[in-house]
Amino acid sequence: MIDYILKRILQLIPALLLVSVVSFSIIYFAPGDPAETLCTGPDGSANPKSVEEFRIKMGLDKPLHTQYLIWLNNVLHGDFGYSYQSENPVFDHIKKAFGATFKLSVVSLIISLAISIPLGIISAIKQNSPVDVACMVGASLGVSMPNFWLGLLLMLLFGVYLHWLPVAGYGDGGDLEHILLPAITLGTGSAAITARLMRSSMLEALGQDYIQTARAKGVSERIVIGKHALKNALIPVVTMVGLNFGYLLNGSIVVETIFGWPGIGRLTVDSINMRDYMMVQGCILFVAVLFVAINLLVDISYRYIDPRIHYEAA
Amino acid sequence: MKRHDKHNSRVMGAVARVRESRSAMLGLTIIVLLVLMAIFAPHLSPNDPTDVRLGDRLISPFTESKYPLGTDHLGRCVLSRLLYGARISLAVGITVVGISTVIGVTLGVVSGYYGGISDSVIMRFVDATLSLPSIFLAVVIAGMLGRGLASVMIALVAIEWTSYARVTRGSVLSLKEKEFVESARSLGARDSYIMARHILPNIIAPVIVVATIGMAYVILAAAALSFLGFGAQPPTPEWGAMLNAGRVYMRTAPYLTILPGFAIMLLVIAFNLLGDGLRDILDPRRVVVE
Repeated sequence: MIDYILKRILQLIPALLLVSVVSFSIIYFAPGDPAETLCTGPDGSANPKSVEEFRIKMGLDKPLHTQYLIWLNNVLHGDFGYSYQSENPVFDHIKKAFGATFKLSVVSLIISLAISIPLGIISAIKQNSPVDVACMVGASLGVSMPNFWLGLLLMLLFGVYLHWLPVAGYGDGGDLEHILLPAITLGTGSAAITARLMRSSMLEALGQDYIQTARAKGVSERIVIGKHALKNALIPVVTMVGLNFGYLLNGSIVVETIFGWPGIGRLTVDSINMRDYMMVQGCILFVAVLFVAINLLVDISYRYIDPRIHYEAA
Repeated sequence: MKRHDKHNSRVMGAVARVRESRSAMLGLTIIVLLVLMAIFAPHLSPNDPTDVRLGDRLISPFTESKYPLGTDHLGRCVLSRLLYGARISLAVGITVVGISTVIGVTLGVVSGYYGGISDSVIMRFVDATLSLPSIFLAVVIAGMLGRGLASVMIALVAIEWTSYARVTRGSVLSLKEKEFVESARSLGARDSYIMARHILPNIIAPVIVVATIGMAYVILAAAALSFLGFGAQPPTPEWGAMLNAGRVYMRTAPYLTILPGFAIMLLVIAFNLLGDGLRDILDPRRVVVE
């Protein structure tokens, strides 16, 4: 097991290198010279002398690979630089935004599981019934529906027409009223995927010999389904929870922008729009590392939960 | 000649099975209809899609025969814009999927056929890309390259090619062990001949499946990027951009929010239905699609 974990961590290195090169090069996408870009504050461009000082101070006069190593060293020490918009450390902004994103992801996940698991089970038990067909059509729609459109439709229905929920915003530290619409929007897509998985996993479990045995010895259908089948069918779904977090993280960029939710997705979009390059660097790096770390945890937990799974050397 | 017949019958068999799959047929029908609408957009559109008529602002759908689906905040005909929008979404999808297929299949064949260092380098790169949050990456790349559809397409190709490379490599690895490749090699066939005659024809099926589902993903992602303001710029009648411009008028003109979103969903669901159907038909072993 330890060997496996170590091997998986080693396998992450190319992904982390790739994302570090992508985020490092962001500053070079900016029109003009990076030193000038970084010195340009809200008051306009800085004078040439301070640009030159800054260039030397930040090592921007050194060759590219040296610059990369300096930057990487800073990043590894938690120094992501400063936002030129607010002049606060980038990492402080990210920490704050991540809190909001985390909150939204957790509520979305709860909504997603609350919808998908019961629907998946019912679909499997009543296979090919109208209920099953309706659930699976719903799942197809859920997968294909653009989340920005779903968000706007929910906003239109519950915010504009019914006045049940606020249209957008963070409210008082992200209260339940404000979190519901973005969380439902975000949760629907992953609910559609999870419901399909729950259904197929349940169907597979119901086809096993031990189910036949249980039925043959007269165990009630309720216990057959609730105890014998469900327990085994839930294994892949539980490990999906981790993948769902990745899915939600990806979706947050659109949903947070629509609903004005001050999370990491909206911070990324705003920073790109503001041309706040240090912040964009920090955001993409943080999200990517988080994403990779979640995938690692999923893989490890998958192996831990189901010892039958054996990983061949990749 | 004989092999040709055999190949033909296999294709005909697949076509017959597509006909039997109801969801695949539904998807295919929607795609054909939308493609026709896109091709004949200039003939079907009642108005010029970029014609601004401030006197005709925000006319509701089904109220004036001149504007069957109403007008937007600049008095532009919504129906005409939706029809031209199908051209943009399909063109972006075909371009991105086409380029990604060429890059992905080429690198996948090289990787799987030759193995060794090129395989390690290519596959590490593929795995690295696939383990990152794709939409975040696309938004950052497109945002940094500057607004516009070209940036969006570059950003999406950068992410999309990896799925094709992975599927191709997997297929090539299993084909390499097959008897007909072994025998071709023992007869002294050159690598390029084996790849063109024996490998490529046999990886078409899994690649078509990935490409069909890839169309759905690319169209959705491109609309999302345009919605966020990084893709198509005004006055381009792109569906995601229309949705973004229309949402400001949500209270007074909800159709500006509802119609473009519905169009995106229709096209995406059609490709997903066809892709799911093709996967069941063409590849009994099921292709792993990221």
